[in-house]
Amino acid sequence: MPVVKSYRDAEALRLTVVAEFAAPVERVWRVWEDPRLLERWWGPPGWPATFERHEFVVGGRCAYYMTGPEGQRSHGWWRITAIEPPHRLEFDDGFADEEGRPLDSDRPIHGVVTLEPLAGGTRMTMVSTFADAEYMERVIAMGMEEGISQALGQIDDLLA
Amino acid sequence: MVVRELSDADADRIFHALADATRRDIFARVAREGLSVSALAQHYPMSFAAVQKHVAVLHRAGLVHKERRGREQVVHAEPATLRRAIDLLEAYERIWHRRVEAIDRLLDED
Repeated sequence: MPVVKSYRDAEALRLTVVAEFAAPVERVWRVWEDPRLLERWWGPPGWPATFERHEFVVGGRCAYYMTGPEGQRSHGWWRITAIEPPHRLEFDDGFADEEGRPLDSDRPIHGVVTLEPLAGGTRMTMVSTFADAEYMERVIAMGMEEGISQALGQIDDLLA
Repeated sequence: MVVRELSDADADRIFHALADATRRDIFARVAREGLSVSALAQHYPMSFAAVQKHVAVLHRAGLVHKERRGREQVVHAEPATLRRAIDLLEAYERIWHRRVEAIDRLLDED
């Protein structure tokens, strides 16, 4: 089980997740740096991500969309605010319109990723801070929708 | 589902209320015991009216309720409201756990 621990700070609207992987820091960094690897894990299950733009430098913009179970698309953007390869990445993450333009009303999640070497592996600490509860609800609703459709799929399998 | 029971407007009020350090402190104090606004005001370098405003923000968010006791109003925490905020974070935590598992599988591949 790669997740070591997580902390929820409901008052500060902040979630910290600490995970350990049996791979060196440089390889874990690659899953963020390489958009083809990133899109294999960023979207919640059932919502695979496609990164159309991925500028992995300070001030760089990323644009992606996630494709839902019914083919619906949800667009998102990142803006990289700090980057120290291969140890630290900070970025804002928000919803976008269909052209990938950040939505005006948006107040993104600020993410801080830290990678540290461990004996035989890497510790990754991900701190997500929400500025806006509505955005949090949307992000969560997306994961939930997938969970519900997966559960329905399992019922279909049982009935088949 | 618990998460669905919290409307966007409700959630915004809760998180706005808790975004302020003084209001978080007030909430923490009244979660331990009910306190009057004047008792609360002794803890902060601000006017009674300013503390009363903070309590009003917490009240609108449903995080506290007030009970009249003689000439005073005693402020009590509503922990169930904070519980709903924690449920939201828990749901987001599950998304991250699944991401971490997906990264782990990816790293295992080669």
